Amino acid sequence: MTATTPAWLATDTQIADAKKELDQHTYESVQWHFHESTGCPFWLEKKAELKFDPLKEVNSFDDLKKFPEFEDECLRGGPIERWIPNGLRNKPTYVFETGGTTGIPKSRMVIDDFRIDYENFSHTLPDEYFPKGSNWLMLGPSGPRRLRLAIEHLCQYRGGICFCIDLDPRWVIKLIKKGWMEHLEEYKKHCIDQAITILTANHNIKCMFTTPKLLESLAAGLAEKGTSIQEIGITGIFSGGTEFTPQWTRFCVEELLGGPVEESGVYMTPTYGNTLMGLACSRPVTIDDGYTIAYYAPQPRAVVEVVDFDDHTKIVGHGETGRVKLYTMTKEFFVPGFMERDEGERELPFHKYPWDGVSGVRPYRGFASSTTVGVY
Amino acid sequence: MITLNPLRWGKQYKSLEFQDVFHFDTGESIAKIGQVNGGMVQMDMRKADNARKVLREIPTQELVARCKKAAHMFEHETLPVGDSQQTVADFIHQQSASTGLPEHMCRNNMQKNCFVLSNIDKILDALTRGLDLEIFARGYGEEGRNVTVSYQCQTPVLGAVLPNNSPGVHTLWLPAVPLQVGLVLKPGSQEPWTPYRMISAYIEAGIPAEAFCLYPGGHDVGGMIMSKCSRSMIFGSAHTVEQYSGNPRVQAHGPGFSKILIGDDVVDQWEDYLDLMVESVLSNSGRSCINCSGIWASRHTKEIGEALASRMGGIDILPPNDPKAALAAFTNPQMAKGTWGMVQQDLAEQGVVDMTASFGERLIEQERCAYLKPMVVTADSPQRAVAMKEYMFPFVSVVKCPQKEMIKSIGPTLVGTALTADEQWIDELTAATHIDRLNIGPMPTSRLNWLQPHEGNLIDFLFRSRAYQIVPMKIAQPV
Repeated sequence: MTATTPAWLATDTQIADAKKELDQHTYESVQWHFHESTGCPFWLEKKAELKFDPLKEVNSFDDLKKFPEFEDECLRGGPIERWIPNGLRNKPTYVFETGGTTGIPKSRMVIDDFRIDYENFSHTLPDEYFPKGSNWLMLGPSGPRRLRLAIEHLCQYRGGICFCIDLDPRWVIKLIKKGWMEHLEEYKKHCIDQAITILTANHNIKCMFTTPKLLESLAAGLAEKGTSIQEIGITGIFSGGTEFTPQWTRFCVEELLGGPVEESGVYMTPTYGNTLMGLACSRPVTIDDGYTIAYYAPQPRAVVEVVDFDDHTKIVGHGETGRVKLYTMTKEFFVPGFMERDEGERELPFHKYPWDGVSGVRPYRGFASSTTVGVY
Repeated sequence: MITLNPLRWGKQYKSLEFQDVFHFDTGESIAKIGQVNGGMVQMDMRKADNARKVLREIPTQELVARCKKAAHMFEHETLPVGDSQQTVADFIHQQSASTGLPEHMCRNNMQKNCFVLSNIDKILDALTRGLDLEIFARGYGEEGRNVTVSYQCQTPVLGAVLPNNSPGVHTLWLPAVPLQVGLVLKPGSQEPWTPYRMISAYIEAGIPAEAFCLYPGGHDVGGMIMSKCSRSMIFGSAHTVEQYSGNPRVQAHGPGFSKILIGDDVVDQWEDYLDLMVESVLSNSGRSCINCSGIWASRHTKEIGEALASRMGGIDILPPNDPKAALAAFTNPQMAKGTWGMVQQDLAEQGVVDMTASFGERLIEQERCAYLKPMVVTADSPQRAVAMKEYMFPFVSVVKCPQKEMIKSIGPTLVGTALTADEQWIDELTAATHIDRLNIGPMPTSRLNWLQPHEGNLIDFLFRSRAYQIVPMKIAQPV
C-alpha cells in the first residue's frame, strides 16, 4: 500500500483538470461511436438494446456506468468489419489477435491506435537510456499480435530500426498444457539463441522490448557466454506482457541488469497493457518505494479502475484490493467497462498521471488456477 | 512468529515476497517463508561447481564426523533457523502445526533422520559396497585386488523438490553431503522445517554454508531446479513419476503401493501376523509410500479384513500433542473431501466391501481441517479398482488372489513383504522387477533397514562407474 503523503502525489488541481478532460473525452467518444455516420455496426446495433440514449445521457465518465459490462467474447469471430467505425471506413486496417491456442481467437481491428498509443508512450521514455536513433530488439511474441508492430513503430518513431525474432506463444501454451517441459526449454533456448545472435552481430542495438521471463532467460544465456545485458550494450528495456512483482523487479535490477540505473546504466520500465486498452506506464520503480509497480492508464484514451470483487460498479478505497476494470475510448474502439482477468491494489494519482493507478497486478483469484500465465 | 529466509549458497536472502504458514487447527500464522523465483535459481546455478569445491576441501572422513555432529545437533540442540533460535520442542510443534501430523510422529521422523545421519558411515559403507570414500572424492583409486576403479561425480549439487507435508522423506538426500555433493532444496510449503533445521545443523557442525541452497517458491522454482541440476529428486504423484520415468537426471518418488503378500503356506496362520499388518498400515498415519495399502491372500480375506477393522476402525481423532494420537489431519479439508469421493467410487464396485462401515463416519470435517479415519476394505479379485489404490490416510484393501496369480497382478510395489517360506515362490518374488524393496518374512513394510538402498542407490545416481587406466609417464629431466 502506498504511503498517505508521498512526494509523487498529484495535486488536487492536476486531478481536477484530468477529470475534466476525461469527462469531455468521454462525451466526444460516445457521440462518435453512437452516431449513425461515425459509429461501427456493432455499437449501432447495441444502441437499440440499451435502455437509455447514449447520445443524450452520457455527458461524463461516470455516465459510462449506465452501460452493461462489455463481454470480450463478442470479439471472437467475424465479420471483423462490424467493428470498423463508419467514420473510418476505407482506411488501411489491421487485425490483431489475442488467445487462439485452441478455438477462435479474439480479434481487434486497428487502424492507427497502436501508433498513437506507442507514440504517446515514447514521450515517457528517458532519452538518456533509450537514445533516439538507436536500434531495438523486439524479444517478444511474433505473429498476429499488436505488440510486434507496435514495438517496431515505437522504434521507428524514435529513429531506429527494430530487429525481431520468431516466437509463437500459442505453441508455448500448447507445450505447457501437454507437459512437454523439455520441448518448452528447447523452444525458449531457440528464442534466446535468435536474440543473442542479433545482439552480437554489431547492429548497435541499445534498446529492447522483452517479457520478464525472456529477460531472465536472455540474462542467463548471455551469462553462459561470459557477458551480460549491461556489457552487450543494452541501456533501455521496456518490459511487459506478463506479471511483474516487486520481488521480481528487485531481482531483475540487482542481478540481471547490474544494479540500480545510476550504477548500471541500464533502465527498465515495466508496463501493463493489452490489445483492448493500449499501454499503461509505471511510476518510476525505486528501492524507497519497496519496488512497487504502479501502473497508470493512458487517460483519457483508456481508464483503469480497481473495483469491488462482487460489485463491479463500486470502486475500492485507495490501497485496497479489487479487480481491474478497463475502459477504452479511442476513435477506433469503444469499451465502456470490461472486467480484466487481473486484480490489484488501487493507487493514488501520480503527478505525471494525475488519476488513479493500480499496483500489485496479478491474475484475478477467480481465474488464477485455470489460466496459463507467464508463457513467454 | 518465525521468518524463514531463502538461502543462496549459504547466505540468507531477504525476499520481498512471503508465504504464510498456518496452524492447521487454529488458523494462526506460525511462520513467514520468503519466496524466490526461478530466474534466481537459474542465475545461482552458474556457481554450483563451488558447492562441490568447498566440500572437496574437507577430507571425507572429516565430513562424516561433522555429519554425525550435525545429527546430534539436529536431534538435541537449539539451532538458528531463519531469524529465530529453534528448540527441539519448537521444531516438533511447528512441524505438527503445519503438516497435521501428531507430534509424536514428528518426533519419530526426526529420530529417523537423525539415525541416518548418525550412521552415515555405515550407510555409505553399505551403499558403496565398502569402497573407500576417498575414491569418490578423488574420482579414482585402488579397490584392492590391484584393481583401479573410478567413480566420476555427475553433478556438483543434488537438487530436490521436496514434498509439502511428508517429513519422512528427507533421509534420501542427507548422504549427498559426505559424498561432497552440495544441496539445492526446494522445501515443501507446509514442511519447510526439516530441510531448514537440517541445513542449520550441517552448517553449525562445520559443513561450509556455501554448499547449500534453500529455495522456497512456486512451481517455476521446482522446474528450474530440475532443469539446472544434473541430478535431482522430486516427490509427487504417480503422474510425476511417470513424467520423469527413464530420465537419468531425475529420481522421482511417488506413491509406493506397498503390500503384504501372504503365501499359501502360512495363510491359515494369518492371525499371527495381525500386529505386523496393523503397524504396516497405520504407522505415520498411513501417509508414507512405505505404508501398506494392500494385503493379498488366497483365502481368509474376509476374516483378515474383519480383524483389521476391529483393530483400526475404532481409532479416534486425538489432539496432535497426545502421545496416543494415531491420525494426522488433512490440513486442506478439500483434499480429504476429494479423497473421500474417490473412496466412495471404489466402494461402489461389486465385490468390494467396507469392513469399517459399522465403525461410524470416516470423513470428519472440522472448521479448518478434516480427518479420514482408518478404512479396511475387501476385494474379491485383483480386478477391482480398489486393489491398486493408495490414499494419504490409513487405508488398506485386503485382496483375494490365488498365490500363483499374485506376482503378475500386484502391479508396481515399493515395499513388498512376503509372508512365506515357500522357496520356489521366494525365487519368483526375488526375480519380480516391479517389486523394489523385498522383505522375506515377518517385517512390517514401514520398517526400513537404512543399510539397504531405497528406490535406487544414491551412489549409482550421483556417480558413474567408468574405466580409468593409469600408465606411468616418463618425464624428461630438464637439461
